Amino acid sequence: MNVVDVLLWIVFPYIAVASFVIGHLLRYRYDKFGWTSRSSQIYESKLLRWGSPMFHYGILGVFAGHVVGLLVPREWMEFFGVSEHLYHLGATWIGTVVAFVTIAGLVILLSRRGAIRRVARVTSVMDVVMYLFLAGSLVLGTIAVVQFQVLGAGYDYRGSVSPWIRSLIFFQPDAALMAGVPLMFQLHVLCSTTLFLIWPYTRLVHVLSVPIGYLFRPYVVYRSRDAHRGARAVRRGWEPSDRPVPKRPKQKQPVRPGH
Amino acid sequence: MRVMAQMSMVMNLDKCIGCHTCSVTCKQVWTNRDGMEYAWFNNVETRPGLGYPRQYEDQERWKGGWVRNKRGRLKLKAGGRLKKLATIFANPTMPTIDDYYEPWTYDYDMLTNAPQTKNGPVARPKSLLTGKDMDITWSGNWDDNLGGSQETAHQDPILAHMSEHVKMEFENTFMFYLPRICEHCLNPSCVSACPSGAMYKREEDGIVLVDQDDCRGWRMCVPACPYKKVYFNHKTNKAEKCTLCYPLIEQGKPTICSETCVGRLRYLGLMLYDADRVLEAAAVENEHELLDAQRSVMLDPFDPAVIAQAKKDGIADDWIAAAQKSPIYKLISEYKVALPLHPEYRTMPMVWYIPPLSPVVDVISNSGNDGEDARTLFAAIDKLRIPVEYLAGLFTAGDTVPIEHSLKKLAAMRSYMRDINLGNEANENIARAVGMSGAEMEAMYRLLAIAKYEDRYVIPKAHVESARDLDEFACSLDTDGGPGMGGARSTGDVLATARIPGTPIDSTVESFASLKNLTDPSEPSTPGRLNLLNWNGGGISNGMFPPTAEAGGSA
Repeated sequence: MNVVDVLLWIVFPYIAVASFVIGHLLRYRYDKFGWTSRSSQIYESKLLRWGSPMFHYGILGVFAGHVVGLLVPREWMEFFGVSEHLYHLGATWIGTVVAFVTIAGLVILLSRRGAIRRVARVTSVMDVVMYLFLAGSLVLGTIAVVQFQVLGAGYDYRGSVSPWIRSLIFFQPDAALMAGVPLMFQLHVLCSTTLFLIWPYTRLVHVLSVPIGYLFRPYVVYRSRDAHRGARAVRRGWEPSDRPVPKRPKQKQPVRPGH
Repeated sequence: MRVMAQMSMVMNLDKCIGCHTCSVTCKQVWTNRDGMEYAWFNNVETRPGLGYPRQYEDQERWKGGWVRNKRGRLKLKAGGRLKKLATIFANPTMPTIDDYYEPWTYDYDMLTNAPQTKNGPVARPKSLLTGKDMDITWSGNWDDNLGGSQETAHQDPILAHMSEHVKMEFENTFMFYLPRICEHCLNPSCVSACPSGAMYKREEDGIVLVDQDDCRGWRMCVPACPYKKVYFNHKTNKAEKCTLCYPLIEQGKPTICSETCVGRLRYLGLMLYDADRVLEAAAVENEHELLDAQRSVMLDPFDPAVIAQAKKDGIADDWIAAAQKSPIYKLISEYKVALPLHPEYRTMPMVWYIPPLSPVVDVISNSGNDGEDARTLFAAIDKLRIPVEYLAGLFTAGDTVPIEHSLKKLAAMRSYMRDINLGNEANENIARAVGMSGAEMEAMYRLLAIAKYEDRYVIPKAHVESARDLDEFACSLDTDGGPGMGGARSTGDVLATARIPGTPIDSTVESFASLKNLTDPSEPSTPGRLNLLNWNGGGISNGMFPPTAEAGGSA
C-alpha cells in the first residue's frame, strides 16, 4: 500500500462524499431557484419518450444492483439462501441486460442532445462534463462486467470492492482492499467517484427531489399569503425591528382544507 | 360550511373587439423574457378557431382536468398519483413548443447595416430557439379574425362535436372573441398534479401560484391544466402562470389586462364559497348539472349565517363588504348571465363569461329585421342553433338552456332600455319575460353598458395590519430570469430618490401610487416651493406660484 493507493482509495472518496453532501446543502440553501431537472421535453418529445424512460428505469436498476452487491455482505445473502453461484448468475445476467438498456437510453438521449439543435443550444458546459463522467462510469462498469463476469472466469468483487466500500462507510478505511482489483473495476470506481464529486453542481440535483411526498399529500395545496410572505430568509443584520403588536383580535388562520 | 374568498373575473364577450391590448400589456409586464417568449398568460382567441395552444380543448388528446370514476369520485384525467410518478421521466401528454409556436425575432440589424444593393434588404425571421432562419407557419393567434379558417376551422374541437348537424359554411359563419387567462379554479387540476407541491392556491384570495423555489420542473402541471394556462419556462426550466397580477390585487387595483381593456369588458371582485362542498359539486354525475352545482357552492354574502361563518373563518369585515358589492356576485348569482368556461373539465373555473349576443343580433340586422325588438330576438335565439350550440359547447358542457336564458336576458335588456332611451314608457313585460324586474334590468344595464370603473372593479386591499409589511415584500421571483426580474425594493420612502444620491428608483406599484397622489411634498428643496419633479400634473399645487399680492402681502 503506497501513497497513491491512500490518495485514490481513501482521500479521494472522502473528498467526493464531502463535496456531495456539502455541495447539496449549499445549493439548496443558496440556489433553490436553480434546483430543477432542466427538462428539455418541450423542445422535442418523440426521442425523449423512448430514451428517457429507458435510461432512468435502467439507472434505477443499476442503483439497486449496486446496493445489493456492495452494501449487503456475502454472509447475509447466504443466510437468506442466496448462494455464491446463484448470486453470480443473477448479478451477471440481470446486470448486463439492465446495463445495456441504460446505455441504449443514454445513447438515444445524448444523440438527441447533439442532433436536435434546440436541445444542443441549451446544453451547458457543466452538462457536457457531467455526461462525460456519467457515460464513462456506465461504459467502464459494463466493460468490466462483460470482460470478467461474462467472458472471463468471473471476478469476486464481493471480496474486495464491497468490503472496501463498507470500510469507508464505517470510517475504518482500508486502501489495501482496492490495490489488487483489476484495472477496469478501478477505473469504474474512480470515474463514478468523480461523478459524485461534481454531482451537486450539475442538473443531477434533481435525483434528490424524488417527489415521494406526492403520494401522501392532499391533491389541492393551500398556502397562506401571510405565512409565506418574504419567501427569502432575512439576511443577517437586516432583521426588521420589532413593532408593537396592535391590540386587536388576531386573525385566525383558516385550517388547510383536507381535500 | 367553511367560507373562503375567491378573487374572480367575469368577461362580457359582447364588448370584446379583439384588439389584443390585454395580451400585449400582460406580455410586457409578465412574459417579456427569455424562455417565456412563446407564453401568453392572457390571449385572445377568435372563435370558431383552434385556440392557443392549438386544439387545447381536445382533452382526449391532452388529458387535462378531472374525470368522474365509477365510484363517483374525481380522478385526474391523465391518471392517478402512481401513474404520474411512473411517467415522470417522459410525460406522455406534455405539449411541445410547436403546439404553441416556435418563437422568433427578425434580423433587424440587416435593415440598417446591409451594404448598398439593387434590392432593398430584408429582415428575415430568426428562430429564438435555434438562431437559424425559419419559416413562420403558426403563432399564438394565427387564425385571428377567422384568417385561414377555411383551412383550419374544422379542427376546432368544439365544432368537431357539432359537425353532425352543423355545416361550416364560411360565408354564413359567425365569430366572436374569447379572451382567456388562468381560471384560478376552485378545484385546480394543475395544483393537484404537481409532484413537488410547488403550486398552491392562496387561502386569502384563491389565486393559484407557482413557488419558483419549490418547482423542480417535473412539468406535470402543463398538461394537467385543461385550459393550458401553465407554461414551462424553457430558460429557467420551471412552470409559470398567470398570477392574476397579485401585486396589484393586493393593493386594491385591477389586473393589468383589466386595467388596459379598451372595451371595458372585464369585471373583478370577490366571491365567497363553501370550500367543504367544492369536491362534491365538481363530482356531480351529469355534466349539464355542473353549472348549477358550481353556482350552489357560491355563498350569498348577505346571508347572516354566511357572514357569521365567514368571520369565524378569518375573513375580515372589509372583505365581506367587498363580497357584497362584488360585480361578480351580481353577474353569476343574481342576474345569472355569466357562465363558466368548460365546466365539464370539473376544475370549477372562476373566470366566467357573459356569452355574446352579437352573433344573433348581426343575423337579424343583416336580414333586414329589427335587431333590438325583444320578440324578434327571443325567436332568433330559439331558432339560430349554430351560435347557441357552439356557445353551449364552450360554456355549459353542451346544454343550450342556460345559454338561451343568458342571451334572452341580454336581449331583453337591449329592448327594455331602448324604450327608455327613446323616451317611451318602459315595458315591464319585457323584463318579466326573462324573470327580472324593470329595476333589475336598469341595474344590470348600468353594470354592463355604463360599466363605471368603480363598479367593474371591487377589490379589497390586502389586510391593513399586513399592508405595511408589503412594502418590504422580498419576492422570491426577483431573480434573474424570474418573473419579478429583480429591481428596486420599495422602502415606502418615495422621495428618497430625489433626496439621497444613488438611491435606486423606487419602482413598485405601491410607491407609484403614492407618488401620483403626492401634491404637497413634505420636504421640498426650498421650503414653500413645489419641486416640479414631484408634481403629478393635475391642477395647481401649493407652492407652484408665488403668493399673489392680495393673499400673500409682503412676498
